[in-house]
Amino acid sequence: MTTTTAPPAGAQTGTPQPGTSQPDSPRRRGKRSPGEGRMAAMLLSPTLLVLALVIVYPLLSAVHQSLFRAESGLDADGFVSDVESFVGLANYADLFVGESGRRFLNAFANTTFFTVTTVFLETVLGLCLALAMNRAFRGRSFLRASILVPWAVPTAVSGLLWRWIFQSDGIANTMLGSEILWTAEGNASKVAVIIAEVWKTAPFIGLLVLAGMQVIPGEVYEAARIDGAGWWRQLGSITLPLVKPTLLVAVLFRMLDALRMFDLPFVLIGPGKESVETLSMLAWDESNQLRYGSASAFAVMLFLYVAVVAIVFVKVLGADVTGAKELKLLSKKTARKNRLAAQAASNAEQTDLANSQQKKAEATR
Amino acid sequence: MTISDLRNAAADSGAPDAPKASAAVVPGSSKTGKPKAKRTWRSYSVYAGLALIFAYCLAPFYWMLVSSLRRTADIFDNTLLPAPFSLENYAKVFDGSTMFGQALLNSLIVAGTTTTFALVLGVFAAYAISRLNFRFKSRILGVIIATSMFPGISVVVPLLRLFTDIGWINTYQAMIVPNLSFAIPLAVWNLTTFMKALPFDLEEAAMIDGCTKWQAFRRVLLPLAAPGVFTTAILTFIHSWNEFIIALSMINDPKIQTATVAISKFTGATEFQAPFGEQMAAGVIVTVPLVIMVLVFQRRIVEGLTAGASK
Repeated sequence: MTTTTAPPAGAQTGTPQPGTSQPDSPRRRGKRSPGEGRMAAMLLSPTLLVLALVIVYPLLSAVHQSLFRAESGLDADGFVSDVESFVGLANYADLFVGESGRRFLNAFANTTFFTVTTVFLETVLGLCLALAMNRAFRGRSFLRASILVPWAVPTAVSGLLWRWIFQSDGIANTMLGSEILWTAEGNASKVAVIIAEVWKTAPFIGLLVLAGMQVIPGEVYEAARIDGAGWWRQLGSITLPLVKPTLLVAVLFRMLDALRMFDLPFVLIGPGKESVETLSMLAWDESNQLRYGSASAFAVMLFLYVAVVAIVFVKVLGADVTGAKELKLLSKKTARKNRLAAQAASNAEQTDLANSQQKKAEATR
Repeated sequence: MTISDLRNAAADSGAPDAPKASAAVVPGSSKTGKPKAKRTWRSYSVYAGLALIFAYCLAPFYWMLVSSLRRTADIFDNTLLPAPFSLENYAKVFDGSTMFGQALLNSLIVAGTTTTFALVLGVFAAYAISRLNFRFKSRILGVIIATSMFPGISVVVPLLRLFTDIGWINTYQAMIVPNLSFAIPLAVWNLTTFMKALPFDLEEAAMIDGCTKWQAFRRVLLPLAAPGVFTTAILTFIHSWNEFIIALSMINDPKIQTATVAISKFTGATEFQAPFGEQMAAGVIVTVPLVIMVLVFQRRIVEGLTAGASK
């Protein structure tokens, strides 16, 4: 019965050495059966189909629409009609000239400005949060819960919340003793958006970086200390280089998220305000005015912008977002973690696992 | 015994060393012979730092909560506790004129359906990616994850047009279908990470004992992956619940609006009469389910959030 297979397998799963999983994959790869491919295709096709419908189709459709322009005029019978005429790249050419060009370049500058400033501040603050949390012994779970609160607050609600705080006679002005019109046009509104955005997202970076810090083995620090490295030196030579991959991914995500920023300026300051209008808001506004052609052109430009940033990040800085690299890394890291865990874990857990496995195996017979 | 236990065990076994090591490297601490004084000073500064983090994270939310509990007359008070405690704003939020209850229900329907679809599709896709061998595997995963970075507006503009043509404006599916554009990548990615981390041996043993792949998936992997599925469900739900731009664009009928859009439209007659008390109350109501989820499942949520990035 299962006695022949379960106990050794149980012992292995308790402490999977790199050896158990790694020779496994080439062997399995060699035996790639046509049935497996068919099964994979079957399992993946619904997902890919839906994604094609909600991502690929809209993208192609946006490119298509961006080549047309609705011109309302009177048709032959004297009725008002919306005729869509093919205008080629005129919508794109308009991005750089005239009134719409000014608006686009302003939105582009705002988007870039918000992305750079918020991501920079978030990263610095997130790193500080992670460093502080990494030290905390007591109250860590409480801390973790409270740090998740800004992340969980819906962006629209946080927009409202900060709108209330930044009200002309609100708490921000009272505490500062100032009379700044935060939610009107101008630089103050930019500052308001940045503060609200950083509040909401710095904890997220902090959490990711903390997770990266926690897998750094303590021995590394011990060795550094023996070699006489101070706190700053350890930070610069151990912590930062080792959390860099995590940090890069976190920064990439935040950048891509900041590039499509919409909810926060929309709710906090309002639509159509020049000083905080982002590319997303501009495209939304255009489509709201039923100018689908230029709205699509804005959307396509934003998409290209996001794509370029993502590609630069992944190719140049080597942010390991996904793909083969990550998956290979995964098996190594889990192996290391499991080894650490095995040191700490009691034997009871292992027998527990072996038992449950035995039960499973019996159940599946 | 799950992956989360392993992870936590790993974190627990690793954590005590790091702070100890760094705490002890105060220059000259070993020479002065007064490590005690240093340590108290250090621990005070750590506690001060923690207090600062608490204040940073919770103060704005606390202010929303306090303001929501004031009467309209003293909404501009700056006391730390609502002087005459009042639920007036909450009563107003639900008095029917704003259809806020309906909006909450709509949010629940939309986020719930989105989560369900994303999970069902995600479980199958993640199983294929983490367990089967086929060509272009990592490329497919890469494409799926790349789609999660897609800016929402690039989906909204063309789909708005399409949905207008096929009469989907002001329907639930007009929100659910575009929501899948971010929910599916999120679900697939999270589930793949979880399933990858589960040992393959158990399924292999089951298959040696005569199970088919499907049986091994259903009876062995799925129960083991249940915590991961649950975490993914929470994350996807929170993301869908917080979704704004799609719901804002596709819906103009207050009866179908979701809660996030509804509260952004709580406006008074002029900008200077904005009903802040009600807005804060509504904001608290929308956020409280999430905060409760966060408090109850914080460990899982952190695990899910960091699963994608730190592995």
